[in-house]
Order: sequence, then structure tokens, then C-alpha cells
Amino acid sequence: MAKSTIKIRAKEKGGVVTVKMLISHPMETGTRKDKKTGKLIPAHYITEVDAEANGEKKLTAYWSGGISKNPYLSFKYDGKKGDKLKISWQDNQGQSDSLETTVK
Amino acid sequence: MEEHSVKAKLSAIAAALMVSLSMAFPAAVMASPEDDLKAFREYFKKRFPNVPFEDFVNGVYALDPAAREQWEAIEEFPPYEINIEKGKDLFHKPFKNGKTMASCFPDYKQGIKQNYPYFDTKSGKVKTLELEINECREKNGEKPFPWGKGPIADVSAYLAYLSRGKKIDVKVPNKAAEAEYDKGKHFFYAKRGQLNLACADCHVYYAGYHIRADLLSPALGQVTHFPVYRSKWGGLGTLHRRYSGCNKQVRAKPFPMQGPEYRALEYFHTYMSNGLPINGPGARK
Repeated sequence: MAKSTIKIRAKEKGGVVTVKMLISHPMETGTRKDKKTGKLIPAHYITEVDAEANGEKKLTAYWSGGISKNPYLSFKYDGKKGDKLKISWQDNQGQSDSLETTVK
Repeated sequence: MEEHSVKAKLSAIAAALMVSLSMAFPAAVMASPEDDLKAFREYFKKRFPNVPFEDFVNGVYALDPAAREQWEAIEEFPPYEINIEKGKDLFHKPFKNGKTMASCFPDYKQGIKQNYPYFDTKSGKVKTLELEINECREKNGEKPFPWGKGPIADVSAYLAYLSRGKKIDVKVPNKAAEAEYDKGKHFFYAKRGQLNLACADCHVYYAGYHIRADLLSPALGQVTHFPVYRSKWGGLGTLHRRYSGCNKQVRAKPFPMQGPEYRALEYFHTYMSNGLPINGPGARK
């Protein structure tokens, strides 16, 4: 099984679920130059992040090259323990990844 | 007979004089490492009376609660996790001759970082963990890793992780070792660079004060979290990488990493954290 690019932690407290995640991604803006060749490093960044709980859309994030490498995202929603969370992202080069977890 | 007893009396008086003289002039004897350690700890205890001894391993995060909160948020997804995994793979990857690094560090599972650096009487050298990692590679016909960052830091991170919680136990067993310890101590307290600052200036006398927007970390417990993931570096680096950077920051020409100066400095610097637990690899700003 390939390692996921998403690390996630989801805890429920007082009816509110706090979801924290770290996504491994270079988030290249496309304006940096390779030190050795002098050529531009092509833009490679996440364009959209989707979060669903029990199949219901909770959050959609539209990102650009302005977000730093290995982005951290945290959000809250009204929910309960045992909720099935699904986080997925896609980037401008057509790559994507997703991860499912259960709220503790 | 009489001559003998006179001589005996004279030599007895001479001996007594010498003993009393040496007791009256003890200045030639330098303080021992144990005395230095005691004085070091007492100084920091007095400076930061509300910081428990073991908390010094967290550096500025033991001093600033707001910074600590941010640091703890980062530690939820530790940035050095990938490095530990990389280090583990490198440590167990067989060399061309079939052996692995485990053959050079047979006790690695129990944690070994707390015993470094140590004085190797046979070679007369201070041995640091990174030095021995590369010696292991060379002994087994492999090219050594470059110092400072990359694979050397990853392997060091893996070994540090396995040593977490173990109390630092650096020994100064003999006169030759003490000479190296003293070299390190001298380095620590000597002014250098265009800014004419000693390590001690920032990390002893002005520890806890601000340097622009940052806080100066206390020298007590300073080495325990290495190798360190620094947000500034966007990656993992070794202790000598930081020594190099610190020297550049006071506009002094840095010494070579794993050269005699930094190894002696690491020897003194780590000895001053004896008794504190390893908490590496760490994450810092």
C-alpha cells in the first residue's frame, strides 16, 4: 500500500469535530528557478481540497501557488464520534490523493 | 648517622613546605568539569526559577507560552517524521559487503545517543555520533555522507529517536579528555567574529532576552533536541550545521563541521546537559 500524502487527526469535543491535517506537497509556484540549470521549476500546487463527513460535503478549499509547501489545514464542523471523514485533493498537474478516517 | 638524620629532617621539612605551598596557591588548578556543571546548572536555575530542570530541553518553548502553543501545534504532525523513516531505511540498508550500520552500533535499539560524544583514548579524538556514522560507512567500503544535512542528519535523527528519554551521560575520564573538554569550554566562552560575541554571550548571559523577534535559548539543555528540523532551513540539520550558522551570524568564518574545534565544543556543550533527557529529533522555528 502506497503511503498517503495526507496525515490527519480528527477529534470530537462538545459536539464539534476539529479536523487537523498535514498534506505533503511541493506547492511550487512556478516562478522559482532551479539553482543548477537556471530553468524555471514548473508550477505544481494543489488547486482543490474537499472534505466530506458521512458523504456530506463539509469544506471545499480553492488553493493557489500562494500556499506554502506541505500545507497544514484545520477546520471544525458540528459532528460526532465515529463520523466517516474523507479528505481528497487535486492539483494543477492532474495528480490527486485522498484519505479516509474515523472521528475519535 | 647524624648526617642521615639531618638529611632526613631537611627533606621532611622541604616536603612539608611544598605541601603547604601548594595548598596556599591552588590557582594553577582549573575547575573540574563537575564543578563547571554544578555552576552552570545553578546559574540557570537562578535565572529561570520557574522552569523545571527537565523542561530546559525545550529551549525557548520552556520560556514563552505563546511560542510553545504554536510549537505544540506543529508537533502534532512532526516535520521530522519523514526524516526518521529515511534514517531508519538508511541504517538498515546493506552495504556492498552485505553488512548494515547495525554492525557498527550493535546496541542501537536501547538508545545510544545519550553517550555521545565520548573521548576515544586510543585515537585521542572526541567521537561524535555523526563522525562514527561516517567512520562506519568508510570502514565498510562506502563513501561517507556529507556533513550538516541530508542522509547524515536522517540517520542521526533515527538514532536520536531511539534514544528519546535517555539521560545524557557524557564522561570526561582522563587528563587527555579533559584537555579536549577545556578546548570546547574555551571556545564557548571566547569572543569571535566581527560582532565580537561568544556563545556564552547570547546563550548564558542574555538567555531569555530578545534578539530582534526571537528569544535566545539557554545553553542548558540546548543539545538534547538535535538533529533539528528548523523552519528556517525547511529541513533537518545537525548540531554542527547550527554551530556553523551561529558563527556566520556573528560574522565569524565557520570552522569545518566535524573538525576538531566543533567536536571539542560539542563535548563541552553536551557535558553541560548531562542528566537531561534526549528529546531529538526536534522542531524549531
